[in-house]
Amino acid sequence: MTMDKKNGLRHTIGVLVENQPGVLSRVAGLFSGRGFNIESLTVAVTNEPGLSRITLVTSGDQHILEQIIKQLNKLINVIKVIDFRDTEFVEREMALIKVRAEQATRAEVLRIVDIFRAKVVDVSPHFFTIEVTGDDGKINAILELLGQIGIVEVARTGKAALARAKKR
Amino acid sequence: MKRTGAQIFFECLKRENVEVIFGFPGGAVIDLYHEMPKHDIRHILVRHEQGAAHMADGYARATGKVGVCLVTSGPGATNTVTGIATAYMDSVPMVVFTGQVPTALIGNDAFQEVDIVGITRPCTKHNYLVKDVRDLARVIREAFYLARTGRPGPVLVDLPKDVIQASTDFRYPKRVQLPGYRPTVEPHAGQINRAWDLLRKAKRPVIYAGGGVISSSAHRELTRLAEALQAPVTTTLMGLGGFPAVVRNDKGQRELHPLWLGMLGMHGTFRANMAVQNCDVLFAVGARFDDRVTGKISGFAPKAKIIHIDVDPTSISKNVVVDIPIVGDCKAALRKLNDIAKQEPLENVDDLRAPWLEQIHQWRETYPLAYKKEGNGIKPQYVVEKIFELADEETIITTEVGQNQMWAAQYYHFAKPRTLLTSGGLGTMGYGLPAAIGAQAAFPDRLVIDVAGDGSIQMNIQELITAVCNELPVKVAILNNRYLGMVRQWQELFYDKNFCATCLDASPDFVRLAEAYGAVGLRAKSMEEVEPVLREALSVQKPVLMDFWVSPEEGVYPMVPAGKNISEMLLV
Repeated sequence: MTMDKKNGLRHTIGVLVENQPGVLSRVAGLFSGRGFNIESLTVAVTNEPGLSRITLVTSGDQHILEQIIKQLNKLINVIKVIDFRDTEFVEREMALIKVRAEQATRAEVLRIVDIFRAKVVDVSPHFFTIEVTGDDGKINAILELLGQIGIVEVARTGKAALARAKKR
Repeated sequence: MKRTGAQIFFECLKRENVEVIFGFPGGAVIDLYHEMPKHDIRHILVRHEQGAAHMADGYARATGKVGVCLVTSGPGATNTVTGIATAYMDSVPMVVFTGQVPTALIGNDAFQEVDIVGITRPCTKHNYLVKDVRDLARVIREAFYLARTGRPGPVLVDLPKDVIQASTDFRYPKRVQLPGYRPTVEPHAGQINRAWDLLRKAKRPVIYAGGGVISSSAHRELTRLAEALQAPVTTTLMGLGGFPAVVRNDKGQRELHPLWLGMLGMHGTFRANMAVQNCDVLFAVGARFDDRVTGKISGFAPKAKIIHIDVDPTSISKNVVVDIPIVGDCKAALRKLNDIAKQEPLENVDDLRAPWLEQIHQWRETYPLAYKKEGNGIKPQYVVEKIFELADEETIITTEVGQNQMWAAQYYHFAKPRTLLTSGGLGTMGYGLPAAIGAQAAFPDRLVIDVAGDGSIQMNIQELITAVCNELPVKVAILNNRYLGMVRQWQELFYDKNFCATCLDASPDFVRLAEAYGAVGLRAKSMEEVEPVLREALSVQKPVLMDFWVSPEEGVYPMVPAGKNISEMLLV
């Protein structure tokens, strides 16, 4: 949970939904219709047939978060809402970053890639495309460093999150 | 044996005990209409699909059963949207079947195609597009189940033409399997005990009941608890009838229940609003702290600890943060509280409550609900009072929206649940006449009266012919002030008397209009004519339109200006 200056707390919510047409629209419509924020949203199938997992990052005070969770639960196609406020959880995001890599800067880019345990996934005479995975802070940090060299395009996936398994 | 989608449709409706469908045919649903005569089901042909939706809604509110309407694709479907949103805001169980273009054409901008599932997503409890006839029976089963359980609401089922035409084996699912839908009915025992503890110790309790009491048929439980606690009761507009405002005395005359405060909120009674603002425990039952109830939210019930029962968790602590939330069915929760009240009755409850009830009595004496009797024309409040006098506890009142609605809520005293049908949440003008027709279809022998305004009535006046040709003898009392009265009142009070676009100086002759439709038209221009006109209307076994020429500038009072505390009332 991090603080967003304008909108209060930033918060990650997991939503298990029935994999049916229109489900994403119901979730997205709920946010727009009730004036809630979505900062990022990812959705993909899970290991259970017929179920998809949406991970979304939203912001608002405790009262608003409470409403968001209740409203999500109210949707008929929502099987479970995972509120990460009271649980330990891991969250990751992946970013693809196309960065300018000329003769003079190629080594520097590779050094940064190495430090962040990122990967170069595409190489061309003037550009590298880099894959990096991590939390918000890590991705923002590499973007800042590579930005000084020259980022052409960025595609971020948005966060995926899971609760940590209980430790005995 | 294989059955077509159309056959399955009617078979499912039979299983759901549907007696009547309000509908209008069209290309996409013609197969359903082709099949219909083979089945024992009543169809009421409307003149506009909005009427069909409001009729199904009126039927549902009057009976507690699920209302059903059937319309075609495209404009047929979009015309129901206001009716669906009306039902959604007021938690009315309803299933709306819309035709759709064949599945192969969906998304191609085909003739009379519209994405009605997309359009109604925010104003239905749930909706479906049936793409395979093998899903049809299951979807219809689920639709009815969702509509009537938990917090009730409208469900839309979109039926592509080829799905209705296709065939499959029919099997009606015994059980509904919706893993994401498990409404909490039984309240948490610990919360019930906490609530009782608070209620037991309260010195100045107020019960604030809403439409949930009526949805869950909890009126008897509510009355019992209020009497056990000697706690005064106010209700929202939607809750009227959930507590007996009037009871019969030894002589059979109706008098106000001693614990009845009247409606609260923007046009609530002085005593109801003052009681809420001064209570020490506010017990909200099946109500949702709407802005028309609370006024300025931070100043609402400032001295009170708040208990809130609601079947919908999203209603709890949405607008007002409550001290004791109880998620569950109102009836189940009130029963639990009554059980405790029976085991540990309050000692000397009459003495304990005397000062509080005395205070309320004083508020009632100081500022009773009142209007100035002198002045030109008929007083609209007087018309409602006369309707109340001539009606009995079984009479069903519907209203349009605006001043007519508020006067009906203030001056008619509802003794039983499901006797007031009114668009509370959405505030839909044009609701009253079709809702009355829907209620009359359910109860042909009861008196059904729509208290209307000359503005609202014209929004669905076309349904008068539906009433006439189906022999549904609804009575419409138009409080005709030649204005869009409620907006005019706001312009007078808050917008420098700039009466822009609220004067209806060109209106039809309602008496001749009624006659043109084959109904009876009656008119009253003076106070003396009010009662004879009403008596005549009630004696006719036909739909009647009554045109009461009321004093044009009459306002609804008390009134809490928007955004003010509800104790800051403008009085007569």
